[in-house]
Amino acid sequence: MTEPAAEQDPKPDVNALHNVPDATPVDLEAAFRDSHVQEVLDKLDRELIGLKPVKTRIREIAALLLVDRLRKGLGLTSGAPSLHMCFTGNPGTGKTTVALRMAEILHRLGYIRRAEVVSVTRDDLVGQYIGHTAPKTKEVLKKAMGGVLFIDEAYYLYKPENERDYGAESIEILLQVMENNRDDLVVILAGYKDRMDKFFQSNPGMSSRIAHHIDFPDYGPGELLSIAKLMLEEQQYRFSPEAEQAFADYIVKRMKMPHFANARSARNALDRARLRQANRLFAKPGAKLTKKDLVTIEPEDILASRVFSDGVPDTEAPKAATL
Amino acid sequence: MMTNIGNRVTQGQFSFLPDLTDAQITAQLKYALNNNWAIGIEYTDDAHPRNTYWEMFGNPMFDLKDPAGILMEINNCRKTFPHHYIRVTAFDSTRGVESPTMSYIVNRPKVEPGFGLVRQEVEGRSIRYTVHSYATDKPEGERYGK
Repeated sequence: MTEPAAEQDPKPDVNALHNVPDATPVDLEAAFRDSHVQEVLDKLDRELIGLKPVKTRIREIAALLLVDRLRKGLGLTSGAPSLHMCFTGNPGTGKTTVALRMAEILHRLGYIRRAEVVSVTRDDLVGQYIGHTAPKTKEVLKKAMGGVLFIDEAYYLYKPENERDYGAESIEILLQVMENNRDDLVVILAGYKDRMDKFFQSNPGMSSRIAHHIDFPDYGPGELLSIAKLMLEEQQYRFSPEAEQAFADYIVKRMKMPHFANARSARNALDRARLRQANRLFAKPGAKLTKKDLVTIEPEDILASRVFSDGVPDTEAPKAATL
Repeated sequence: MMTNIGNRVTQGQFSFLPDLTDAQITAQLKYALNNNWAIGIEYTDDAHPRNTYWEMFGNPMFDLKDPAGILMEINNCRKTFPHHYIRVTAFDSTRGVESPTMSYIVNRPKVEPGFGLVRQEVEGRSIRYTVHSYATDKPEGERYGK
């Protein structure tokens, strides 16, 4: 058995503002150290290139949560901050990755109980027929309780052109839980900027319940090259110096083409370069290979891309290119 | 003679204690989840000691990892069956164990009329006894008020 008093929050002392002397020292640094948030922020800095405004915002949120915790320690009121967020940005700008990091930060600060992200899309929330949506949405919410619910492409939830769409029902339940279970659940919506703006216009209730709107900027060519190098390092590959130059050219060319998806395009390009590298190694039978050959991406692996020869992205079907 | 003071059904854990608060239930749920036990919610309006199998409210929650979600479901069940007995069971699915490990009542009717002893005279001077719940004289669903 647990004592009931131990489980319930102590009532905030209304007079704490006046009773506790103003000069009471608070150790912000110690609290910061103890929470180990710096580790996560450092990791964020290391593993996420660019995204300056995002990092600044995360730092601010972390600071607010920490200060709130110190205030609570002194008996000052700290209204449970609303932590629901909206990430907007173009494809491949790192929204999902940041959501995962966010869960870690909030967990370290003790605002969620599990550093776990339940990632869902419209299909997981909205049902097919009448009476199907509510249980489905509730099921997902129950699963996400105590952690972070990440709704990707959230604007699909609401389809204004179909007034009998069940998405509205799902949004209603979401709003209710976002309001009532603020201590148990953090909801992060993600999607493209313009569509999310439209989504919020038609759902003002949703917009007002989300405290943090964070916009993810596109990456520059330099940043994409750093990201690509980081990705290769994770997979234990490396560029030869010429290949690095080739990839820099590739990025500049690819950025001007349609369907460019920032870091995702870089990842796909690398995957294809690895394919070509493997093929190249196979193509010279009898040659003595070393470890260096296995880990190095050479310029020809990249220059073989149709971005250079035909001026079209590789992802497009060859038929479409010839037509 | 009243042996059960307060005339409360005392089944499962904590049943001689005052009703658990939501915070206490959450703590118990946390304990069960930490042991990887799946939690199920059951209800009945016939809490006879021999009535082992109550109705399940939804499926056993094998996939939930946080007490808040389960508490949501408990409150949902309370809203649906405000005058029923509702109990929470924890189930250990480890192979070879596969049995309930915890069971406690989280909702009970306001008035519990209790049980009477029915004596049946049989051959000779023998008497057979049976325990009869006063509430079950009424039809299902109306036993503890609507």
